[in-house]
This record gives sequence, C-alpha cells and structure tokens, in this order.
Amino acid sequence: MKGNEAIAISAIRNGVDGYFGYPITPQSEVMETLMKEKPWETTGMVVLQAESETSAVNMIYGGACCGKKVMTSSSSPGVSLMCEGISYMAGTELPCVIVDVMRGGPGLGTIQPSQSDYDMIVKGGGHGDFHNIVIAPASAQDMYDYVDWGFELAFRYRNPVIILADGIIGQMMEKVEMHPSKPRRTAEEIRRDAPWATTGKTPDRPRNIMTSLSLDSDIQEVFNRKLARKYAEIEANEVKYTEYLTDDAEYLFVAFGCSSRICEAAVDELRQNGVQVGLLRPVTLYPYPFTRIGELASGMKSIMSIELNLGQMVNDVRLAVEGKCPVGFYGRQGGNIFTPEEVVDAFLKFNNLK
Amino acid sequence: MDTADIKKPENIVYRKPALITDNVMHYCPGCSHGVVHKLIAEVIDEMGIQESTIGICPVGCSVFAYNYIDIDWEEAAHGRAPALATATKRLCPDKHVFTYQGDGDLASIGTAEIIHACSRGENIVVIFINNGIYGMTGGQMAPTTLIGMKTSTTPYGRDPKLNGFPMVIADMISHLDGTAFITRQSVHTAAAVRKAKSAIRKAFEYSEKNIGLSFVEIVSTCNSGWKMNPVDANKWMVENMFRKYPIGDIKDILK
Repeated sequence: MKGNEAIAISAIRNGVDGYFGYPITPQSEVMETLMKEKPWETTGMVVLQAESETSAVNMIYGGACCGKKVMTSSSSPGVSLMCEGISYMAGTELPCVIVDVMRGGPGLGTIQPSQSDYDMIVKGGGHGDFHNIVIAPASAQDMYDYVDWGFELAFRYRNPVIILADGIIGQMMEKVEMHPSKPRRTAEEIRRDAPWATTGKTPDRPRNIMTSLSLDSDIQEVFNRKLARKYAEIEANEVKYTEYLTDDAEYLFVAFGCSSRICEAAVDELRQNGVQVGLLRPVTLYPYPFTRIGELASGMKSIMSIELNLGQMVNDVRLAVEGKCPVGFYGRQGGNIFTPEEVVDAFLKFNNLK
Repeated sequence: MDTADIKKPENIVYRKPALITDNVMHYCPGCSHGVVHKLIAEVIDEMGIQESTIGICPVGCSVFAYNYIDIDWEEAAHGRAPALATATKRLCPDKHVFTYQGDGDLASIGTAEIIHACSRGENIVVIFINNGIYGMTGGQMAPTTLIGMKTSTTPYGRDPKLNGFPMVIADMISHLDGTAFITRQSVHTAAAVRKAKSAIRKAFEYSEKNIGLSFVEIVSTCNSGWKMNPVDANKWMVENMFRKYPIGDIKDILK
C-alpha cells in the first residue's frame, strides 16, 4: 500500500478515536482511505473533513482535551496553518499525532516531495518555548508503525508528536506488515489513564481545565521549567537512529526519511569503489542523535548531511560534530529528488576524491 | 428579623447558584458576563447535567469563564471554540457541549469556525455575547460595532466607507440548514434575564435532541469599553444596539 494509506489503516487498527483533516496534496489519500474504510461503523472512530487546517488542528485540540487518541495529517502549507494549534497543545500538554507529508516550498511551492519543513517542525512548530517530538519515517512500513509509536510517545509525555514524512514516503507503494490490532480505549480506561482530561466533572475530583493561559509571569516560568524537565527526559530516553556500515567507515552520510534510502544506495556504490563510507539515519529528529554523531565524528575524515532542502538539518550535524571533522551538505530543492549517483558525485567533489 | 433569621433556609429568597465558584469575578461592574454566567450555571444545575457538560472558553474577557462555573472546561485559541466543540461532541456524543464566545472571537477571527459548525449541524450550544466592541484588549472596533460608534480604533466613529458595516451574525447563520434554534436575548432587566434563561435552557435541551446547533446571542453592555456608567450603558444599548440587533427568536425548527 501507499505510505499515506498505511497511516490511515494503522490509525483504524491501533484504536485511534478521531481523525480531523483537510485535503492537500500529497497526503489526501490519508482521509480518502479513512472515508472509504468507514471506521465509524467498525471501531467507532470519528473521521471528519474540516473547513481548514486551522479548524482541523483545533478539532484535535478539542479531542485531545477529552483524553482521546486524535490525529490529523497535512502537507507543508497546511502545517503552517496548524502551528497555532500545535503551540496551544504543547502549552496545554496534550497528546496528539500530526503527520506532515512535506512538499516543496516556500509559499504554495510545488506538490513534489521535499524535506523543507525540518526547521519549522524540529526547531519550532508554533510560537513560544516548546518542542515537538518529531519522528521521521523512511518507508510505508514506518508510516504504519509510527502511528502507534507516535501515540505511545504522545501519551507518555503528554506532548504533540509530529510524523515528519515527505511526498515520496506518502506516495510510494511498498509491502506493509500489519500487527494485531488494538481496540479503542473505553471511557473508564480514559478516565484512569488521562485523569486530567475533560471527561465531565464528577464529585470525586475538582473540575478539569485544559488551558495554556497564565497571566502571571512567575507561574508561566515555573511551567516553562516543568516543560524543560520533560524535554530533558525525552532527550535522555527517546533518541533513536539507525546506522548502516558505520563500523569501519572513514566517511559518513547523515540523512533522514527518503534521503536515507537514497544514501544507502550511494553508500553501496561508493563501497564497490573501495571508499569506506557509512550512513547514520536519525529516526527521531527531536530528540536528535547529537551524542552518537559526535562520537562517530571523532573517527571520520568528513561528514555530509544529505537533504531535500537548502541545508537545514546540517546545522544540527555541525552542532553534533563540534568541529571534529569537516561537515558538508548536498541537497536538491523545489520537489526535485537526487539520485544515488548525484549523491556519490557530490561526495567525491566535497572530499576532493575526483 | 436579625441576620441569623435571614440566613435560615426558609427565609432565603435568592442565593448564588451552586455551580458558581467562590472565585472573585474579574468582570467590570455593570458588565453582562456575570449575569450570563449565572444563568448558564443555573441551567446546568437545574437540568442536573454538571457531570456531562463540557464548556469551551474563548479568547476575550470571558477567557476566564473556567474560573467561575464548576464544570470541565477547554480553553480555545481565539475564535476556534466551535472547532474544539465539534470534536468534543463528536468524540463524546453523550456530553452537553457549549461554547461561550464574544463578538471579537466569534464574529471576527472565528467566522469560519462558527459558520461551518452551524453548517455541519453540530449538536452543540453556542452562547454569543455581543457588546459591539473588543473588551479585553481595551475597546477596539469589533465586526459588530455600530455605524458611528466610537472605539479606540474608530476614534471618530465607525465609518462604513473606512470600516465596513456591522455584521448581524445570528441572522446570517439562520440561513444555514444545520442550525436548529437561534435567538437573540439581553440581560438588562429582570424580565429580560428570565427570558434569556429560558432561551439558554431551551438551547441545552435542543442539543440533546441531535437536531442541529443552538445559538443564543446575548446583546450585552460593555460600559467600560463604551465609557458609560452601567445605567447609561443599558439605556444606550436599548436605544442603539437593539435597533440593529432586535431581541427575539430568529429560528426554531421545532415550531
């Protein structure tokens, strides 16, 4: 199935309570698949087409307030509109999953694949002092698996989780292995697991108020510091990455999502020509594998960040490397995709091997 | 009769509604919000639906409504309350869900959200406080500001050539098939308060019937923003606001 379809099927099979979305290329198949599957007749999952991305994200804000497993999906221009709601959810400490199937920008840009929302999502995603947990799929299987993993992280930390995909991962057809399905949680389970939620005030507890508002700067600062402790915990426990042929590597590529797949082929090609190169794929973009990249940097002749943008993640690679070796960048923009050969060529040029 | 006698249950003729908390209200003296809060609290209490009611606060003066009525609350971003209410009601269909919004929130930044919630026929209640001005940010022009009315962003009076015309939201949404009950009320006299209360009660009852959205507009005073004392503000409202926003039921699909 397509990556976008995998998101939809996984949501139904993993007990998601609600999906609220707005059509935008290249991810419209998510809502189309959900509407076709009619999960309200089977699991009771709510699916609703909102009037805008702004409304969609505020619908999941409302659903998350009730302790429900709610999600939306969109693509770059739509996610810009969602940043308001993402910030409110971070400020209200609400769990949710948002899928960004990135396309070329800025502005209306193109509808072809890109990775140009790295900075927006990993460094920001709305106003104020907060982090999204960001996970980056590289296959249709990842799209399927990360929905459930995303909700696990979202509820563990009461924090928005963004699945940062791209047009290739969304549109590419691959085999997907489906795991046994999970039922939706009952009202009692929600009251137990989310005692903070607006489930209706009962005599045994004070009223629950889901808000990010505080007019007192001291109270806001205490809250911001609480968030900082949460983020420290996330950074300590949730960093995830994969490595490919890094044991004996003298050079390293760093790439996420679809770029990591292309880089794998570039590594194979270079290795056939006797160049000892490896690949690190950050799976979590926040928290970022700074420590591991720093460790690897000590033994490398150079590290290149390969991205479908003008060079966004490369700044994090530089932070991780701390000057231990040269850091290079190669990318394509506007919805264009590099071939493994182009990556090899860029690598050879950057390292003066040509 | 001494104080102890007065406090005897049989002598009490009026008391704070059970669901109004002891927090000190931040509203200005003469403001309509306090009365409307009281009416909502009374209706929820009398219908026995405290455990099943979820309120959605707006951004504006009533942003702190959650401090005053003892139910679960969600605090929306500016104008987005109907979107939160939509999801809350659809995900928890056994709940009574209402939004409480001012005219800056509902009639300006939140027009898309309210119109589409109405159009979809969400089974929610919307309480719309229309005082023709932005109260919280210091008295700026709202979409509902009357022609000629002075505000901090229309210091020479609202000029339609410069600022456009007032929006009559309740009449606009009455044309949408998803709305079930639309009424315009006020709380400036005892009689008006009683009528407003039965309208709010009807709206909550309609929301149980799954027949569409119920909308109660309360034409209100903002004496601080209007720069009038409460008595003059009430008089000004009757003479000016009621002409553009006449009191009465606009739509009732069960009639």
